[in-house]
Amino acid sequence: MQIMFRDKKYEIKGGISARDAIKKIGVDPEAVLVVVNGKLVTDDAVLKDGDDVKLVAVVSGGQLCIAD
Amino acid sequence: MGFMRCRKCGGAAVINMRQHKLSLCGEHYSEWFVAQTDRAIEKYKMFTRDERVLVAVSGGKDSLSLWDTLLRLGYQADGLYIGLGINDPAPYSDASLEKTRAFVESGEWRVASGEDPASPITRYTPLLHVVDIEETYGKSIPQIARDKTRGHGKPCAACGLTKRYVMNRLAHDKGYAVLATGHNLDDEVAVLMQNTLRWQTGYLARQAPVLPASREGLTRKVKPFCRFYERETATYALVRGIDYIYDECPHAVGNLTNFYKTLLNQLETQSPGAKLSFYLEFLRARGEGAFEPFNQVETLHECEVCGQPTTAPGRCAFCRMWDVEKLDRATV
Repeated sequence: MQIMFRDKKYEIKGGISARDAIKKIGVDPEAVLVVVNGKLVTDDAVLKDGDDVKLVAVVSGGQLCIAD
Repeated sequence: MGFMRCRKCGGAAVINMRQHKLSLCGEHYSEWFVAQTDRAIEKYKMFTRDERVLVAVSGGKDSLSLWDTLLRLGYQADGLYIGLGINDPAPYSDASLEKTRAFVESGEWRVASGEDPASPITRYTPLLHVVDIEETYGKSIPQIARDKTRGHGKPCAACGLTKRYVMNRLAHDKGYAVLATGHNLDDEVAVLMQNTLRWQTGYLARQAPVLPASREGLTRKVKPFCRFYERETATYALVRGIDYIYDECPHAVGNLTNFYKTLLNQLETQSPGAKLSFYLEFLRARGEGAFEPFNQVETLHECEVCGQPTTAPGRCAFCRMWDVEKLDRATV
């Protein structure tokens, strides 16, 4: 199964939860949302081989930062 | 694929909020999110339905979600987009404006299908104000930052000063009662952590969901999303189909705020609810007056060029940085 995150592709074997897969590629589960086959899911979802998985970073765009 | 169930309907959940022990499907999450926003507005006495609200929009998930939510709640909310001219190496500002315009034109802010048409949801048609910094002041943010001491290395200081000024000025001049920004809980706790680690008591005293208009010329500032985690505002944007700009500002990448956000997320992973309780307990202590001795009221003066309130006599920091008196008055 392929996981897409920030224009990078990661190859992970299916049968594990999204949360474990996220940790496996070195990303903090709190910092991303998981979209599987076009649907937003919770990170306990078990991923299968063949799933199309995208991680969406949740960090703000930054244009609104108004701190000095 | 296994999945967690929505607590309300038993359908597939799109979010599990560990700090609330609550998982919801897209439809019920959207309802919950809108209701929670309204509760925050009422709890912190941010504004009423009779007041006109100006939302600072950047094309990102937080600000577009905020605008969408306020319109769904029936508030008279217009938007302000500030064109910063950050288009190198990639056209970040141009793309942000495109997303913002697309949001207004798409009518995504209208009532979603499936909602009760008899509900008191408004059909208020929002205005989008666009202020292009280069067109108005002659230079883009990266250009002014290169030319001035303020912003050496990174343009963030020049950018923050300019945005605060333009937001306040436009809100005041156009008669808006309040300026709303999309700051979320992660933004707030990152700043709180920075200020706590340095014991910046003055800043701690002033950090709040509502910053009142302390004198003529200043507009009340509010943060209706201050109790939502960043992942919650992102989830709302995805559920609502809001097309927002995913990229971070190129100058924000690797900044201190993002570093603290990363640390706080590691804490949250180990201890769900840590970020929320850090913030709410801070607000409780602040409400009990813990920081009141440090909340010194500054004497404000009138800027001799633009008339806006400023902490020092003479020209305000904005007019000094932009040499406003040398600009064509017709455009400023």
